[in-house]
Amino acid sequence: MTQPILELKGVEKSFGSNHVLRGVDIDVAPGRSLVVLGGSGSGKSVMLKNALGLMTPDAGKILFDGQDVTNNQGKTREAMRSRIGMLFQSGALFDSLTVWENVAFRLLNADKMKRSDAKEQAIETLKKVRLGASVADLRPAEISGGMQKRVALARAIITKPDLIFFDEPTTGLDPITADAINDLILEQVKALGAAAVTITHDMASARKVADEIAMLFEGKIIWRGPASEIDRSGNDHVDQFVHGRADGPIQPSL
Amino acid sequence: MSDASTTKSGGFPNPLAWTGRGTLALFGEIGRLSIFSGRTALSALTPPWNLAQLWKQIIAIGFYSLPVVGLSAVFIGAALALNIYTGGNRFGAEQFVPNIVVLGITRELGATITGLMLAGRVTAGIAAEIGAMKVTEQIDALKTLSANPFRYLYAPRFLAAALTLPLLVLIADIIGVMGGWLVSVYALDFDSTTYIRNTVDFLTLDDVVVGLIKAVIFGMVIALMGCYQGSKSSAGATGVGRAATLSMVGAAVLVLAANYILSTFFVQIGI
Repeated sequence: MTQPILELKGVEKSFGSNHVLRGVDIDVAPGRSLVVLGGSGSGKSVMLKNALGLMTPDAGKILFDGQDVTNNQGKTREAMRSRIGMLFQSGALFDSLTVWENVAFRLLNADKMKRSDAKEQAIETLKKVRLGASVADLRPAEISGGMQKRVALARAIITKPDLIFFDEPTTGLDPITADAINDLILEQVKALGAAAVTITHDMASARKVADEIAMLFEGKIIWRGPASEIDRSGNDHVDQFVHGRADGPIQPSL
Repeated sequence: MSDASTTKSGGFPNPLAWTGRGTLALFGEIGRLSIFSGRTALSALTPPWNLAQLWKQIIAIGFYSLPVVGLSAVFIGAALALNIYTGGNRFGAEQFVPNIVVLGITRELGATITGLMLAGRVTAGIAAEIGAMKVTEQIDALKTLSANPFRYLYAPRFLAAALTLPLLVLIADIIGVMGGWLVSVYALDFDSTTYIRNTVDFLTLDDVVVGLIKAVIFGMVIALMGCYQGSKSSAGATGVGRAATLSMVGAAVLVLAANYILSTFFVQIGI
């Protein structure tokens, strides 16, 4: 069996009396695309931040390519970060930098690449997400939300990572732009041969980009299966979520 | 059910519980600020340095503060001369205006006014900028891109403030003394040459150094408070606004407290 590139084993995380993650077990194999579904406040973002090392779990283990990175903030964690890409929900582009400096941020700062080489590589990567060289010298505030998402995607893929995280990649976009972003994600993940973990509550996005889908509910993974099985999950929670019904075991977070 | 902080009679706060909780919160905050300050100072004092960011901050903190520092200094110097003249007039000591103006400006007011003006202009700006970066996940993005926020964001601001504040204070000293001279010569009928000679004769290097040492400390305080409050800003415009307010108030109070402590220290060692 192939060793998973990322494994979460019994991960728990609480904020005071709010137990957000109650023992999350999940893994993703190299080259596979896993989508984690869950309602608002279900703990998807917290799970992602734990996996990225932006939060430390209260209990459980996180393994990256077989190595325990749960509490490691040193070289092991840095080695992991050099092999991952992350697309934040808001894009999280640095507004004091130009578009190309955002895309080439890791090359300029961590890899100490020459600016001229880094710019060339950034423009090449921007082309992969259908953005021309004309946007390279603009600031993030000067481009549209859809373009910002593309820039953020370019930043996530420029170093050819082995694993890419996508946090609500289509939130705030119109359906056509959202579909274009999904296409780009699919195309680039396949081109890189990378594994992908996407958290979303957008079913159209999940169906498009997923090999496998998992459902997070009350801090635990309650179902996981091939994306093609999502309509025949046999799980009431998944059915309610997939069909977007207010009635069912999941109470709307009002 | 009432918790430990309320009494049986009518839900009034239990003063012991309230005091205890407040004390714990205060020590917790001091501890967090101390750890943050230590990490920032360590990142600022050890390589690698991000020189591009440092230069950007030197311009933002130092260069762009020149107008506000210059204007404040000239008015403070002018007002000081007027007040010393009025006070000194009561016992025939008007001739000491140049001496007291230069002493007050270099040892005390140049540094303090610059510190307070920058607590408003710079600290709040840093807190708002870093707070906005925090709530838009830019600081998380930095970490995922293998950039340490202490090295990339906080250390350049800390170093830039510590390096530029002494220069700003030196400029404030000169402009402040000029403000006093302007009022004394053009409004109080002092002889210009005598005023300048008295100023130069009375001024010692120690007076200037005292102000410059204070400025280094104030610079550190100003940058640290902005970075610290910004880094723990909570979500939303309210959170960022609150961070900016808290940083500015905290920096202003700490500048004044540090000024008193440093003045006491300099008096103790006789300079």
